[in-house]
Amino acid sequence: MTLETLQAAWFILVAVLITGYALLDGFDLGIGSLHLFTKTEEERKTMFYTIGPFWDSNQVWLLTGGGAIFAAFPMVYATVFSGFYLALMLLLFALIFRAVSIEFQHLVPCPRWKRAWDWGFALGSILPSVLFGVAMGNILRGIPLDAEHNFTGSFFDLLNPYSLLLGLVSLAMFTMHGAAFLAAKTEGPLEEKARRWGRSAWLAYVPLFLTGTVWSYASTPRLFENFFHQPVLLVLPLMAVIGMVLYPTALKRDKWKPFMASALNILGVLGIAAASLFPYLVPSNPDLANSLTIYNASSSQLTLTVMLILALTGMPLVILYSSYIYKKFTGSAKTHPTVSKINFPG
Amino acid sequence: MDAALLSRIQFALTVGFHFIFPPLTIGMAWLIVIMQTLYLKTKNELYRTISQFWIKLFAISFVMGVATGIVMEFQFGTNWSEYSRFVGDIFGAPLAAEGIFAFFLESAFIGVLIWGKDRVSKVFYWFSALMVALGSTLSAFWIIVANSWMQTPAGFHIVNGRAELTDFWSAVFNPSTVPRYLHTVDGTLITGAFFVMGISAHYLLKKKHLDFAKNSLKIALIAALAASLLQCALGHYHAVQVAETQPEKLAAFEGAFETEKGAPLLLFGIPDAEAETTRFAIGIPKLLSWVAFGDFNAEVKGLKDFPRDEWPPLGITFTSFHLMVALGSYFILLTLVGIYLLYSGKIYTHRFYQKLLLYSIPLPFIANELGWTAAEVGRQPWIVYKVMKTIDGASFTVPAVQILFSIIIFTAIYIVLFSAWIYLLRKKINDGPGESLEPGKEVTI
Repeated sequence: MTLETLQAAWFILVAVLITGYALLDGFDLGIGSLHLFTKTEEERKTMFYTIGPFWDSNQVWLLTGGGAIFAAFPMVYATVFSGFYLALMLLLFALIFRAVSIEFQHLVPCPRWKRAWDWGFALGSILPSVLFGVAMGNILRGIPLDAEHNFTGSFFDLLNPYSLLLGLVSLAMFTMHGAAFLAAKTEGPLEEKARRWGRSAWLAYVPLFLTGTVWSYASTPRLFENFFHQPVLLVLPLMAVIGMVLYPTALKRDKWKPFMASALNILGVLGIAAASLFPYLVPSNPDLANSLTIYNASSSQLTLTVMLILALTGMPLVILYSSYIYKKFTGSAKTHPTVSKINFPG
Repeated sequence: MDAALLSRIQFALTVGFHFIFPPLTIGMAWLIVIMQTLYLKTKNELYRTISQFWIKLFAISFVMGVATGIVMEFQFGTNWSEYSRFVGDIFGAPLAAEGIFAFFLESAFIGVLIWGKDRVSKVFYWFSALMVALGSTLSAFWIIVANSWMQTPAGFHIVNGRAELTDFWSAVFNPSTVPRYLHTVDGTLITGAFFVMGISAHYLLKKKHLDFAKNSLKIALIAALAASLLQCALGHYHAVQVAETQPEKLAAFEGAFETEKGAPLLLFGIPDAEAETTRFAIGIPKLLSWVAFGDFNAEVKGLKDFPRDEWPPLGITFTSFHLMVALGSYFILLTLVGIYLLYSGKIYTHRFYQKLLLYSIPLPFIANELGWTAAEVGRQPWIVYKVMKTIDGASFTVPAVQILFSIIIFTAIYIVLFSAWIYLLRKKINDGPGESLEPGKEVTI
C-alpha cells in the first residue's frame, strides 16, 4: 500500500475508534448524566446495574483511540494533548472519579457514602460529555498553531462560544442515547422516566444541532467543501437526520428502536465531523498553512503498515467476543432474576 | 519551578500510584484462575466460596487500576509532547497494541466476572477468569515493551528529525524486554500471593472462617514460594542484561566508582558522588563479577569510566535497588519457613508466623515500587537511553503553573481514592467470605 493510502486508512480507523467510543460509552455517559434526576435508591441502583458489565470495555474505545492517534499520528497526539492541557486534565479527573464511583457506590449501604459516589458518577459523566463536544468544536473550527505545529492559544481560547455550543450538542446527544438504552433495559416507572428524559433531551438536541450546523457554515465554510466534491458523503447527514427524526416517535412505544435511532444519529454526526475534516486532522486557525494533516502528521510507512495489520487482526476478535458478552447480558435489567433480589456484586 | 521538573514529579506520582494496583490484580487474577480450576475439577463448594471472596477484593482493586491507568494513555502527549513527537513512530505502537489486544480482553471479561456469575455457565465463568488474567498479563507485556524500548532502544534509525521504525520485532523484543517482563510479572505473582496469604492469616489469627482461610493460605503459600524462588533466577537474568546493555546503571546499583576485575557485591554502603566513593561499604569480594558475568575475575565497569553528566542519581538508585534485593531475599526466607510449617502441620496454629504473614502484605508492593524506581531513576539522565535526554522530552507549551495545579488535584484525588480503597478492603475483609450485605440495611460511617 502507498503511504497516502495508509494515511487515509488510519484516518478512517481513528474515526471508527472515536465513533465506537461515542456509540458505546455514549450511552453510559448519558445514563450518568441522568443519574441525579431520580431520587429513589432502587432506581439509581438499576441505573448502575444496566451499565455495570459494559462501561469498562466501552471506555477502552477511548483509550485505544488515544493509543491509535499516538501510533499513527504522533504529531497530533503531541500537539493536541499538550495544547489542551487543562481541558484534558479535567477530563482525566472526571473519568477517574467516574470509574471508581460506578464500582464503589453500591458497596457500602450508607447514605452519605452513596451520595458522594452518586455525584461522582453524575459529574464524571456530564463533564466528559461536554468536553467531547468542546474538543470537537475546537478541532473543527481550527486552533492557533505555529509553524512547528505548537498550540499558541490558551485554555480560555478553547472555551469559545462555538465550541461550548458543540459541547451542549454532545451532552444532549449522549443523554438521548443513554435515556434510550435505559428505556430498553428497564421496566415500570423507571422506563417511563427514561422515555420522558429522552424526549426532553431530544427537544434540546434538535435546535442545538441546527444552530451548530448553521454556525459552522457561517464561520467555517471549509467544513462543507468535501460534501460538494463527493456527494456520496451526503449519506452521513442523511443518517443523522433520519435518526433524529425517528427518535421521538420510536421513543413513544418501542423497546430498542429509540436506541437504534439514536445510534444512527451518532454515526451520522461523527461521520459528518470526520468527512468535513478530511484530510485535516488539526486545522490551524487563522493560519491554515500550519495545519496538521494526515500527510504531515503521520508515522512512517512501516509503522502504519504494521499497526494496520495488528488492528485488522485484533479488532474483529474484539468485536466478536464483545458482542457475545453483550448478548449474554441482554434483556431487561428489571426482569432478570438477579436484579429483583438486587444481587449486586461485592 | 520549571515545567520539566514538575512534569517529572507528576509522572512519578501518577505512575507510582497506578503501579500499586496492576501488580496486585495480575497476581490475584492467576490465583483466582487456580481457585476456579479447583472448583471445576472437584465440584467442592468451598472453592467457589474462596474464589468469590477473592474476586470481590480483586474487583475493588481492579477498578483502582483502571481509573488511575486512564492517565497513562494521555500523559505522554500532555506533559512529554517533544518526546512524543520524537519517538511516536515507535512508542505509540505498543500503547495502541495494548488497547487492542489487552484492555479490550480484560475489560470485557471482567464484566462477566463481577456481574455474570448467575448469567453464564460455570465453564464460561472459569473461562472469563482466565481471559481477565490473560488480558492483564498481556497488558503488562505491551507496556513493558514500551518502557524497555526507553531502556534499550532497538529497531530504529534517526531520520527526518525523529526516531523511525526499521524493524518492528527488534523494537518489541529489544534487549531488555524479556528479562524485564518476566521479572515484573513474577513480582505480580508474589504481590497477589502475599496479599491472599496475609488476609488468610488474619482470619486464622481471629479464629474465623477457618476452612476458607486454611485452603486459601495453602494455595497462596505454594504460589508465593514458587514465585519467590523463581524471582531469584529472573532477577539475576535481568541483572545480567543490565550489566551488558546499561553498564552505568549497574555501576550505580552497586555504587562502583572504579572499574575493577573481581568486583565485590555490596551488601551495604552510601555512595557519595562528590567524593567519588562509596562510604561504609560492606561487600562480598568478587561476587559482583561472578553474578554479572559468570566469572569471579571479570571486569566490572565503574562510574568513573562514564562521563560525569551521564551518571544517574546515585543515592536513590543504589538504595532502592538494595532494598528491593533485601525484600526479595526476605520473601524466599519467609515462604521457605512457611512450607516447612505447612508440612509439619504447625502453620495453622503458629501465631507469630501468621502475624508475620499479615504484616508482610505491603512488602511486595514496596518491592515493586523500589524496583521500578531503581530501573527508571537508573536510566536518567536519559528518557531514551543514549538517544534523548529527559529534559528535552518535556512539553514546552504547557505553563508550569498548570502542571502544578494538576499535581495538586491528582494528589488530592489519589488520597481520597486510596482511603476509599483501604476502607473497602477492610470492610470486605471484616464481612468475611460468604456473608453478603442485606439490601436496605443501613449503617453509618
